[in-house]
Amino acid sequence: MAEMTYIQAISDALRLEMRRDQRVFILGEDVGVYGGAFKVSLGFQEEFGPWRVIDTPLSETAIVGGATGAALMGLRPVAEMQFADFISCAWDHLVTVAAKQFFRTRTPIPIVVRLPSGGGFSGGPFHSQNPESSFAHIPGLKVVCPATPQDAKGLLASAIEDPNPVLYFEHKHLYRRIKGEVPEERYTVPFGSANVHREGDDATVVTWGAMVHTATEAAEELAKEGVEVEVLDMRTLVPWDKARVLEGVRRCSKVLVLHEDTRTGGFGAEIAATIAEEAFEDLDAPVMRLAAPDTPVPFSPPLEKAYIPQVEDVVTALRELAAY
Amino acid sequence: MSTGTQTEVVMPQMGVSVSEGTITKWLRQVGDSIGRDEPLLEISTDKVDTEVPSPAEGVVTQILVQEGETVEVGTVLATIAPPGAEVPPPAPAEPAAPPAPTPEPQQAPSPEPEPAPVAAAPAPEPAAPQVAAAAAGNGKTFVSPVVARIAAEHGIDATAVPGTGTGGRVTKKDILSFIESGATAAPAPARAAAPAVEPAPPPEPVAQPEPAATAAEPVPAEPVAATPAPVAEPARAAAPPPPPAPAPAPAAAPAAELVAGEALEPMTAMRRGVMEHMRRSVDTAAHVTSAIEVDLARVVALRQKLKPELAAQTVNLTYLAFIARASVDTLLDYPWVNGEVRGQSIVTRPFVNLGIAVALEEGKGLIVPVIRNAQDLNLTGTARAIQDLAERARTKKLLPDDVQGGTFTITNPGSFGTFHGTPIINQPQSAILGTYALVKRPWVVQDELGSDVIAIRPIMNLTLTYDHRLVDGAYAGMYLRDLRDKLESWDEAAY
Repeated sequence: MAEMTYIQAISDALRLEMRRDQRVFILGEDVGVYGGAFKVSLGFQEEFGPWRVIDTPLSETAIVGGATGAALMGLRPVAEMQFADFISCAWDHLVTVAAKQFFRTRTPIPIVVRLPSGGGFSGGPFHSQNPESSFAHIPGLKVVCPATPQDAKGLLASAIEDPNPVLYFEHKHLYRRIKGEVPEERYTVPFGSANVHREGDDATVVTWGAMVHTATEAAEELAKEGVEVEVLDMRTLVPWDKARVLEGVRRCSKVLVLHEDTRTGGFGAEIAATIAEEAFEDLDAPVMRLAAPDTPVPFSPPLEKAYIPQVEDVVTALRELAAY
Repeated sequence: MSTGTQTEVVMPQMGVSVSEGTITKWLRQVGDSIGRDEPLLEISTDKVDTEVPSPAEGVVTQILVQEGETVEVGTVLATIAPPGAEVPPPAPAEPAAPPAPTPEPQQAPSPEPEPAPVAAAPAPEPAAPQVAAAAAGNGKTFVSPVVARIAAEHGIDATAVPGTGTGGRVTKKDILSFIESGATAAPAPARAAAPAVEPAPPPEPVAQPEPAATAAEPVPAEPVAATPAPVAEPARAAAPPPPPAPAPAPAAAPAAELVAGEALEPMTAMRRGVMEHMRRSVDTAAHVTSAIEVDLARVVALRQKLKPELAAQTVNLTYLAFIARASVDTLLDYPWVNGEVRGQSIVTRPFVNLGIAVALEEGKGLIVPVIRNAQDLNLTGTARAIQDLAERARTKKLLPDDVQGGTFTITNPGSFGTFHGTPIINQPQSAILGTYALVKRPWVVQDELGSDVIAIRPIMNLTLTYDHRLVDGAYAGMYLRDLRDKLESWDEAAY
């Protein structure tokens, strides 16, 4: 075991996959000479050469299109978007081609698109979004949202191994802020298996990504008041661990669905609706949602703070839920 | 398991400071059907009179507070059953405990359901409301899905479980600990703290949706009884033995006999509000009034000129609009006149929320709607705002927020010809401006050569009544002087 930051864990996973599988290569803007916008692939070109660490033109369409073609031909490309926000340029290749290819012709598209996402550092409307729900809505795409260094490494290995297009949402605000013990050897974390980040019986928070840490801090506050809150880290949204969520609902009967993405049509809506359908008789309070408001992410630090759910916001929501 | 099927109509919160309201009229009676949002009753509070719409479609099953009674915000006034639901036969005879006739000096035998000679039972008082809370009231009849399921599985009436959730709701934990405590379907829910209750409606032994809901019925008596109804007719009490003492007539006044010809009428909520408010202001502030005479010749001329074009915009340009506009402008230079004494501190603000006193009901009522951020309005905007508020005040269309948050008030008794007065400050403000009759007076002015001549000028007396705790005479005098100067040298371009 070694202590790694979240971003080191991502680098580590990539490096190990490239060492063990010749088909794996990375492509993106400035991933080679420069080592990537966030330095995830720093030193990779030296180790693996320019043909496996490819600097591309500034065109997300070309990156995802090229990756799709390479995957069709049997390779395992890992494409990097400098910011998740830029993926809208590649929407057509991803959604119309990559997501549907297997269903049309039975040819798998094993690509991974790494998406540095999330706010919390005044990146403004083009560098802070969490567009996971847009892609979770598309059949044929898998959506991964790690919250810890250990999961970041294991889920990236699983993503590269997976025969489907996988969107890997790595939260920028966790990059160097979150550290943890990570096994040095290669391992995988299975998709569709939620992780209990914190145990509790009075209410359950269903969340993912950076909000796992926000929720846990809030839960510690509530613990001082004698309310024990479970924090469920979904880890992957497609597939999502419905069974574990429903188990939490049955036990706690009070649920807060929390995400950093905007509220309307966020993936939390899907979870809340499923709970209402399948665990209605276990609810002791309305399913509560806490999410960003339906506006672009503001630049201004105080506005951004008001926009992204903060620990205090979660504490308030949980208090209300606990008292209901 | 009984998920409340009846909808309760409660006394609404008509503005932040309003705590009670009086039922002035029921527009529907028990048994009448009503649509959602259709007017159900009229209420009167010390801020506004308004209609209360029905929160649901259905049939009025109970009316729990009678016309003329005053109850606290949140009190259940009536219940509505969904359309088609079975309406229990109207039982007007014994629906609620009689409203307690409050201010009677020493009304010995109150006809309350708390007959003294009960055995030394473990104080039923605190216990009863607790059960009541679980069974009735806002959100209290709501049983969550999980509680409903557990109740059904164990054959428990969920409404009989003491609730600790929001509004007394029975939570999952409540019902689980209720079961764990060994209480089964026994009628008297016992909890460690609450000694066995013997409340009016023993909870139904077996969970049965409908009866359980109705079992809760007698409960609403509690809030009514708890709230003293100032103007109550003991006669309505009906059932219980009438109080032996010849309870004096309705009104609470220390009984002075009415002389022949005299009439007695109950006070409206507004009257009581005004009464309380005026008294409190005089008890609070150190009232001083200063007056100043203003030559409104320029204003008169300007009004003459602008009136037709503003009339085309449906704005009635009054002198009050000019005075209001100039007052607001002057207030920004005299923040204490627009300020407030709050404890040991002084509140000042960079805005003016201007109250305009509006007489109602042929002088028998008064309300002070507020123009928010009056400093942002020009002359036309001010005139329009005054017109709008006055109109809505007289047609009872004011919203609670329209009568709150004023920082300074103008009152205009001069429209009846009075030339001077000493108004009372509208608490918690610090001053009130009075405007009086505009009269033509012989006035000393200077001609173009600088010689004094007597001319006929339109003169108005303006008074500033201020709270001398905060505003000193010199400060008030300067305020009035600047106000006069603005009006006398009215700068059309500036407003």
